[in-house]
Formats: sequence, structure tokens, C-alpha cells
Amino acid sequence: MSIAVRGVSKTFGRFRALDDVSLEVRTGELVALLGPSGSGKTTLLRIIAGLETPDCGTIHFHGEDATALRVQDRRVGFVFQHYALFRHMTVFENVAFGLRVRPRRVRPDRREIRRRVQRLLELVQLEWLADRYPAQLSGGQRQRVALARALAVEPKVLLLDEPFGALDARVRAELRRWLRRLHNEIHVTGVLVTHDQEEALEVADRVVVMNHGRIEQVGTPEEVFHHPATEFVMHFLGHVNVFRGRFVGQKAVFGGIELDVPDAPETGSLEARGFVRPHDLDLSLAPGPDTLLEGTLMRVNAAGPQVKVELRSEAGEVIHVELSQERHRALGLTAGMRAYVRPRDIKLFPSGTRPVSAEAAPVG
Amino acid sequence: MTSAPVTAVVRPGRVTAEPWPVRGLLLGIAGVFLGLFLVLPLVAVFGQALAKGWEAYWAALSDPDARSAIRLTVLTAAIVLPLNVVFGVAAAWAIAKFEFRGKSLLLTLIDLPFAVSPVISGLIYVLVFGAQGWLGPYLAAYGIKVIFAVPGIVLATLFVTCPLVARELIPLMQSQGTEEEEAALVLGARGGQMFWRVTLPNIRWGLLYGAVLCNARAMGEFGAVSVVSGHIRGLTNTLTLHVEILYNEYSFAGAFAVASLLTLLALVTLVAKQLLEWRVRHAGRAARAGPGPAPEEAA
Repeated sequence: MSIAVRGVSKTFGRFRALDDVSLEVRTGELVALLGPSGSGKTTLLRIIAGLETPDCGTIHFHGEDATALRVQDRRVGFVFQHYALFRHMTVFENVAFGLRVRPRRVRPDRREIRRRVQRLLELVQLEWLADRYPAQLSGGQRQRVALARALAVEPKVLLLDEPFGALDARVRAELRRWLRRLHNEIHVTGVLVTHDQEEALEVADRVVVMNHGRIEQVGTPEEVFHHPATEFVMHFLGHVNVFRGRFVGQKAVFGGIELDVPDAPETGSLEARGFVRPHDLDLSLAPGPDTLLEGTLMRVNAAGPQVKVELRSEAGEVIHVELSQERHRALGLTAGMRAYVRPRDIKLFPSGTRPVSAEAAPVG
Repeated sequence: MTSAPVTAVVRPGRVTAEPWPVRGLLLGIAGVFLGLFLVLPLVAVFGQALAKGWEAYWAALSDPDARSAIRLTVLTAAIVLPLNVVFGVAAAWAIAKFEFRGKSLLLTLIDLPFAVSPVISGLIYVLVFGAQGWLGPYLAAYGIKVIFAVPGIVLATLFVTCPLVARELIPLMQSQGTEEEEAALVLGARGGQMFWRVTLPNIRWGLLYGAVLCNARAMGEFGAVSVVSGHIRGLTNTLTLHVEILYNEYSFAGAFAVASLLTLLALVTLVAKQLLEWRVRHAGRAARAGPGPAPEEAA
């Protein structure tokens, strides 16, 4: 079932949690709402669920206006950040709850309930814990019970609020992959809230990056990662180096490099800010025509798939570079050496939102 | 100088443990104090009650006036307890789970009966409902008696005991938050189903604990009831008032016999309170902690 959010705003007291947000989620899609705390992502999720009412705007489920529909009647599955399992019920009773509270005429009989709960517990691989209480489960197990409970009512939409937030890194990665597989199996429309960019990029079909109650960018993980629409998205989705340069006519100049910028600002600040991810920087031991700047290696850390290098420029800026192990071996880098930085890709956001990505070209 | 190796005297037990003479002295003082002011009077109550033998004890309790006092006390508790349970749950629910204007005012008002002397509480009702009170003439015109009658006793007891259940539930419900209720609603539960299946089971031990305290206070209340009762034997005499009357008439054995009933109630209350406190703590711990033994067998 598709979800359409149209022009939704919400304020809590003086705090503007959502500011005219519109979003489409297609049937069967898994969308991640990604942003820092206070960006409005959880509020948006709760409004979709019906746990909050928007100040203005509408929510449509499958083309039908569901804004006035009560939370009980929306048929959504909601997985809470802290699981919110019923502490006085066994795992089995937790999962059965949604079926047991149905009005008599649509309530399955006891045998049917038992069968369905059993099947769900098999799905989340917890059938052997059916008689335990939530307090007796590990975090990852509670999370899976919460998911099974949400799925028991056969929701048309599954909403997950920071589902892996409270778990340690390994369990997190495991559950993330498991959730992706599960989503491929049952194919329910899903919306997931997270502040972890890695999680969003790995699990979701599309990522919605939010900041200050607004949507900054919507796109596939590749799109938002490789083609960020705004400075905020660039910053939020991983480390980034910022270089200062200036606009000269239709060009931006960074050290020895010039970039063509068709929509460079004609008036106002002539300072240009260029953004480069650590893995889009290369180092060499001798200056070349496309050298951006030179600096001293402060720290070389080869532990991990990529070699992380920290470099301090003449002006005192710290620049982060990520090299492949081969490149590192070829250069033979150690701390204290001088090196020259060459960017492969510089991103500019001259008008705030419209990005310009340019292959770095040496001054002709 | 060569530095000598540091030798530490490692004593078993905690660093905060006092040496045994100090501990013995403290325990001794506490013991003597408790014995003098708690155990001795307790023994005295039963000793005096049975001073003239079981027959006199039984006679004091089966006296018609005593019977009527017992009935009135039980009746008062039977009316006050359910009302306070309903009020306590409603107030705690509103305070713990919603944000609204005047919340702190409501909290203060709930505490008011604790802050004023019970005698004043009784007097308030006399001023409002008494013959010379604000509503006195109006009530008299319809032949409704509140003061010096059972309704006054019930009202005064209600006033004095109303914070007990609410005060017990508010911190409990605040610590539990609203997520479980929200989960129930998302799963399709109606308001009533949510309350009976999720909210109530989560607060049941705290609620029972508050009810036990409320009951003890309702049955043992003296000051407020004394002001509004009028001490009419066989009609508006509660157990506590009956004890006073008997005592003032130098009927010590009778007074202590009736008092022993209230003392027994206190002992039962203490045991129940202890059990429930343990239960509440246990449930709270089980809800927080990870794997452990099953916290609750009967769900």
C-alpha cells in the first residue's frame, strides 16, 4: 500500500517539528527517514501511524485520505524504539495481542490464533521463547518479538522507530540484514526512522534525509550518497573535507584548480566552499598540476579496509584522506612526511541547494 | 630512603562497615527504643484486652454498640476504598500520561489532605454541611443529615484518605511511560481494552499497595471523624471513637479489646504492605533487567 504525505506541519509549543513536509512512499518500498535528533523524522513517523495529529496537511493511504482515521483503524504495524513489549505478558501473548483485541466477529478462534502466532514466531526465529517474559529476553530478541507483534495484525504498512538504536553494533548489523531479507519475503510497505546513515544506506530502497523539520533530499542510497543535494546531506552522510576557494567569474578557484560553475553567484560573497569526501582525495609525494594543497602527514592508520590519513596543511587545516592499501604501500607513507593532495571530485553548492559536481581539472 | 612496601589491611566486608562495638551500640539503642515505644505498647494492648479473661474480651466485642461500631467502620471503608481506587487511578493516569495546564495545581491539591490536620478536615465539613454551615439550611429543608450522621463520616474519611492511592500510582505510572499503551492502540485495542489489558495489569501491585494503605487509614481515622460524628452510640460511632468512649468511661478491658481489633488490622496491613512492596520492587526490577527467573507466574 502506498503512503502519501502532503503538506504536513506540526509544532510542539514553540518548537516546529515538521514544516510543510510532502513525501510519497510507493507500495512495497522500504524507505528510511534519516536525520539528526530533532529533525522531525520520528514525528513524521508517528503522524503516519496516527499517534500524532498534524497541525495541517493530509496523510493518504493508497490514495485514500486517512488523516482523520484513528490509530486503531489505520492497520499499521509500529515497532517502537524501546520495543514497548507488554511486560506482564509472555512472548506468545504479546504477539497474540493484536488478534485477541479484535471485535468478536473478525477475531480468529483460539486454534487459528495459536497457529498464526506460532508461524510468526518461526518467522522471527523465536518459537522456542514463546513462554518467556520480555524481561528474560536479550535486546535483539525483544526487537524481533516487537516485529512479530507488529506483523501479527497483517499491517499494510510497517513503521519502525529507530528499530536497532538500542542494540550493540554486531547485533545491529545482523538484524539489519535480517530485516532486509524479511522485507524481501513479506513485501510490506515500510518506513524506518534512523539517525545512523550506514543503516539507512544499507537497508532502504530510498532514503529521505531530514533536517530542522524539512526534507533535504529524497533518493536511492546511491543518489543521496554520491549526489547529495545540499551541504547538509553532504555533511550528514559521512566524513567530508571542506576547502575554501573563491569565485572568479564563472569559475571557482581552489589553489591550483579551477572549476567551471555555470550558476556561480554574481554578487554577494565570492567565497567558494568545495566539499570532498576522504576517499575522493589522493596523495602524491611530488607536486603536480592538479595539486590542491600540500601538507604534513600527522597520522597514518592502516587498520581497516582503507588506510586513514590525517594531514595538516600550511594554513593549519586538518584534512582526512582515505587510500586503498595498495596505494598506501606504493607511496610508503609515514607520519611526518610531506605530501600533496589531489582531489578526484569536488562538490560545490553555490546557490545553497543546487549542487555542482565537477571533475577536478588542472589550470589549463 | 627506600620506600617500604605498602601493606594494606584488607578486611572482609564493605569499607563503610563500622567496627562491631559501634554497630552493637547502635543496634542496641535502636532495639531498646523500638522495644520501649512499639513492642511494649503492642503487648500492653493485648495484655490489657485479655486482663479479665477471654469471656470479658468476647463480651466487649459482642456488645451491641461495639457491633454497630464495627459495622460502621467496615461500611465506611467499603464506600471509601472503591471511590479512592477510582479517583486514584484517574488522577494518576491524568498526571502521569498527559500534559495539561494546572497539572502542578492538581498535584498540590491531591497532597492537601496530608498537609492539614485531620481535625481541620472534619471542621471543614461541619462548616459546609453543618446546621449553621453554608449548605446547612438547604440540606435541612430536604431532611438530609450529613453532619452527625453516616454521610459526614464517609465524607471526612474520603477527604483524609484520598491522596493515598494516587500518590502510590503517580510515580509508578510516570516511570512506565505511555509506550505500551500506544503499542496497544496501534495493534487495534480500543480504549477500554487498552486499560484492562495493559495499563491495569502493569499497575496492579502498586494499586493494591495503595488500597491496603487506604483501607488501614480509613478504618483507623480518628480526628476528622471525631469532629463530624457526634459520637451517637450505635449510630455514628466508629471503632476508634468507640475505643475513646469506653476508655473515658474507665472500661479499660473493653477499650483495649476493641483496640486490639484495630491493632490486628495494623499488623495484617503491615504484613500485606511488606509483601506488596517486595512484589512491586520485584516486578520493577524484572521489567528493567535482562535475563532472569520468571518474574510473574500468574499473568
